[in-house]
Amino acid sequence: MSKGFLKSSIGKKVVMGLTGLFLISFLVVHCFINCLIFFNDGGLTFNIGADFMAHNWLIRAGEIVLFAGLILHIVQALILTLENKKARPVGYAKIDGAANSSWYSRSMGLLGTLLLMFLIIHLVHFWVKSRFTGLPGHDANGNENLYAVMQETFKMSWVVVLYALSMISLAYHLLHGFQSAFQTLGLNHKTYTPIIKKTGIAFAILVPFIFALMPILMFLGVIK
Amino acid sequence: MGSGHGTELNLTLKVWRQKNTKASGSFETHQLTGISTDMSFLEMFDVLNEKLISEGKEAIAFDHDCREGICGMCSMYINGRPHGPKQGVTTCQLHMRSFKNGDTIVVEPWRSAAFPVIKDLAVDRGAFDRIIASGGYISVNTGNAKDANNILIPKPDADDAFAAAACIGCGACVAACKNGSAMLFVSAKVSQLALLPQGQVERKERVLKMVAAMDEEGFGNCTNTGACEAECPKGISLENIARMNRELTAASFK
Amino acid sequence: MSKLDSKIPEGAIDQKWSKYRSTVHLVNPANKRSLEVLVVGSGLAGASAASSLAEMGYKVKVFCFQDSPRRAHSIAAQGGINAAKNYQNDGDSTYRLFYDTIKGGDYRAREANVHRLAEVSSNIIDQCVAQGVPLAREYGGLLSNRSFGGTQVQRTFYAAGQTGQQLLLGAYSALQRQVGMGAVELCARHEMLDVVTIDGITRGIIARNLITGEMEKHFGHAVLLCTGGYGNVFYLSTNAMGSNVTAAWKAHKKGAFFGNPCYTQIHPTCIPVSGDHQSKLTLMSESLRNDGRIWVPKKKDDNRKPTDIPEEERDYYLERRYPAFGNLVPRDVASRGAKERCDAGYGVGNSKMAVYLDFAFNTARYGRTEATKRNIQNPSHEEIMRLGKEVVKEKYGNLFDMYQQITGENPYEVPMRIYPAVHYTMGGLWVDYNLMTTVKGLYALGEANFSDHGANRLGASALMQGLADGYFVIPYTLGVYLSEEVSRMSAEKDKADSIDKLKTKHPAFDAALKEQTDLINKFLNIKGTKSVESFHKRLGLIMWNKCGMARNKQGLTEAIAEIQALRKEFWSDVRVLGSADEFNPDLEKAGRVADFIELGELMCKDALHREESCGGHFREEHQTEDGEAKRDDVNFAYVAAWEYKGVSEWELNKEELKYENIKIAQRSYK
Repeated sequence: MSKGFLKSSIGKKVVMGLTGLFLISFLVVHCFINCLIFFNDGGLTFNIGADFMAHNWLIRAGEIVLFAGLILHIVQALILTLENKKARPVGYAKIDGAANSSWYSRSMGLLGTLLLMFLIIHLVHFWVKSRFTGLPGHDANGNENLYAVMQETFKMSWVVVLYALSMISLAYHLLHGFQSAFQTLGLNHKTYTPIIKKTGIAFAILVPFIFALMPILMFLGVIK
Repeated sequence: MGSGHGTELNLTLKVWRQKNTKASGSFETHQLTGISTDMSFLEMFDVLNEKLISEGKEAIAFDHDCREGICGMCSMYINGRPHGPKQGVTTCQLHMRSFKNGDTIVVEPWRSAAFPVIKDLAVDRGAFDRIIASGGYISVNTGNAKDANNILIPKPDADDAFAAAACIGCGACVAACKNGSAMLFVSAKVSQLALLPQGQVERKERVLKMVAAMDEEGFGNCTNTGACEAECPKGISLENIARMNRELTAASFK
Repeated sequence: MSKLDSKIPEGAIDQKWSKYRSTVHLVNPANKRSLEVLVVGSGLAGASAASSLAEMGYKVKVFCFQDSPRRAHSIAAQGGINAAKNYQNDGDSTYRLFYDTIKGGDYRAREANVHRLAEVSSNIIDQCVAQGVPLAREYGGLLSNRSFGGTQVQRTFYAAGQTGQQLLLGAYSALQRQVGMGAVELCARHEMLDVVTIDGITRGIIARNLITGEMEKHFGHAVLLCTGGYGNVFYLSTNAMGSNVTAAWKAHKKGAFFGNPCYTQIHPTCIPVSGDHQSKLTLMSESLRNDGRIWVPKKKDDNRKPTDIPEEERDYYLERRYPAFGNLVPRDVASRGAKERCDAGYGVGNSKMAVYLDFAFNTARYGRTEATKRNIQNPSHEEIMRLGKEVVKEKYGNLFDMYQQITGENPYEVPMRIYPAVHYTMGGLWVDYNLMTTVKGLYALGEANFSDHGANRLGASALMQGLADGYFVIPYTLGVYLSEEVSRMSAEKDKADSIDKLKTKHPAFDAALKEQTDLINKFLNIKGTKSVESFHKRLGLIMWNKCGMARNKQGLTEAIAEIQALRKEFWSDVRVLGSADEFNPDLEKAGRVADFIELGELMCKDALHREESCGGHFREEHQTEDGEAKRDDVNFAYVAAWEYKGVSEWELNKEELKYENIKIAQRSYK
């Protein structure tokens, strides 16, 4: 690799794209495990998955990589944003951004910041408990009962609203981020790009929708 | 036009005035009456300037030359968009029939750290020349060429190279981009030469040098909003940016 | 003995150049490094010359008034570039291109130069392709050609409708490569204001930095003026707004003779003037005449919509007058036809200064062919027109869009309105075979010189000439003079006050600088009442009405008096605001208009003296009974090279044109 690559504007963007895609792949796993609650068996199936994730050494190692990726994504975004601000020291008095681009593609920083705030709350709700402060006992199968934490947390209406709204942020972040990552990596093709774009849209709607469904359905008592 | 379709507009114009690069600027408001819808946007400025001169005030400086959309010199940010409300045209091709009676029109220069304002609406785009000088060429001295038909180029490649080469270097991409990125401009040249057999020898060197030159000039980073493509008067495609990303990555890991 | 020595080499026409090129003096590489060349203008001629000379090792500086060399007006050429490649196997050859150019120029160009142009035309295409210029290709990967006016072979290379742009960007990239390597110093947003001569020899220029207003002295062993044409003397033309004659005119006042200033090309298919606000005119490619029929109503002042005028009340005047060539007569003939009809009161549109270019007939024809191809039985008229429009759109889509953009009318539904407009100037600084003007060390290339197109230029030949001069002529011919300079330099090596030691410290530079600074201050201190623009408009009107498409003795005489009066008024009543030490476009324009006014007078003088009609110069007194141009080869087969002698004073010098290889004949298109 040439020395300048990671310092070049494109190199930095490639880092953003790769970490973004990595985080997307995490979402898939996260979403899959969480979907286990839809068995609606009092969390027994879900807790199998959660327990496995919490105690498999490979997953724990992966977790460190995941955090590293997340931090890299955030730090790189901050650097790029600061550079971009510097590139236009005097702004326009009137901007008609809607005429040439989508608001969410122009608001990735804002959406990302909202997601970061959500993430901190979300980690406090679940991850901190799971890893550090401890979970409230075990379920009938003898697995750690993360499900009980979910039930507890999603009793609070403000949490449910916050989660649902945050998933809207995630949807828009993905709506741009998914296909943008491919563009940045230079994976642009007359035939495949439209497919990538459609997949991106489907992903950006489906995954946050499923995530949002969980607190809502638990709050409403549909999932017990 | 002569056909008699033209009607007349009364307009309010808010124009950026700035004495020179170092001075700080501000908006100046002008009322214009009886502007024919057949006028081009720059002809409307001609009328305003004539009026200013007759009042003993200095004319508004703006860049323009061919006035037929090919030289790339005109550069006005009109009502929040480079080259104004019409897609696919330069400022000089924008006509007043795109506006309504009573409109207020805000006109600003391109805003970019790499394009310092020279005066009023004129900016310095020398950064583009320097990027081309860094590698936007094929190294062939005059007289060294072999017969033109010795190089066979598949028509689709020739057409794609031409589509990229249609860039007029006006800088609307930089002006439109929320990050002030010059990726569309640079990638158009990188693409043109990467697509042609003549450009293969220097392919890797070229993209490395041009991207380094681009970064040095202080342009922002691309976040793929697509604003550049949407505002480009020549329809230069985002595919070129993807190609340049690919080219640079490949060249960096050679 | 004539003051003009064209320095045409001896020998057979097809060997002159190759022999000359191989025998002229060369400058050795070590000496090239100490020789400085100033190139003014960065269009096809300037950029190609500057890059080629820098590659050879000369120290080069390039000046352009635009913000980047890539903006030069060569960029606007649409159609193509000719080259005698004979890729189509249709009988093309160097001789045929040579012949077509001489004939197209109405036998007023210099044979030796034109032959050289035809010889190097092939190399241009090779060079441009090697640079990565994306010229149009066939599916087999070979270069594509199309045909153009005035020829019977397909020799025009093109890149869609943007050939000039692509060729210029090729030359620009070669130039920028040399800039990047430090071999060329680029001075953008600089305007040359004067040539500095010492003992009658060119030693440099005075230029103004247009951003800071600073006046600069630049030393050069040779100066190349690649500054384009002067069509903007007419105010309205297809030239760019900034195109001007100032550099050439200042050179003229320093002793460079001006050749054939009255030869102006008026292009027949331009979008007409829409009102007083009009600032420039836009060309619609000549190719439209292949499928568009030109007509006016038979009745004067007919205000009906064109589509409401029945077929029998239309006058297809070109088809009526020239049954053999019809709508495809040469540019000058088509232009004069439109003017004649409009002057007679048959013009259309609001201004009545336009004729129709109607595609309905051929749209229907294409539609019927398409219907047959697609096996559609008894198609309705609507069906035919719909199918026809598809064909027309494919052929001319971008031109139709451009027309609609400018006029707001849909040319698929109503006929286009067109009128001729000034497009190119064949005249320019007189140069010898080496492209040197009558001032030693001062050269003129491309449209700025007079040399290759005679009294009328053929389509797709301007790009060819600009690049020929820059890539393949000047790199050889400049050495002829610079090798002499090398000898002089070595002889004066030990002289303390030699020009090579003093360079811009020579008092001649200071004097020239002061003269130009004073001139700028003069503009600013007149503090009159009328804008620069208003003078330019008035000059344009005089020129267009009296020295335009058709000229006569009375009009030209009047025009000279009017221009002289305008000049006096300009110098006492022009209003230029702002200051000298800032970016001041109005001040720049004042200098250009002042020079245009003087040039306008010379053009009228030249047109008045040339008692014949030839190419773009049509004298109403000299026409056949049916209104065709009548040349006078006995008395006027010469280049008129005008020597500046002071305000409103010129001396005429003649360079006889000898046709040893082509037999002179009268053009006919009936």
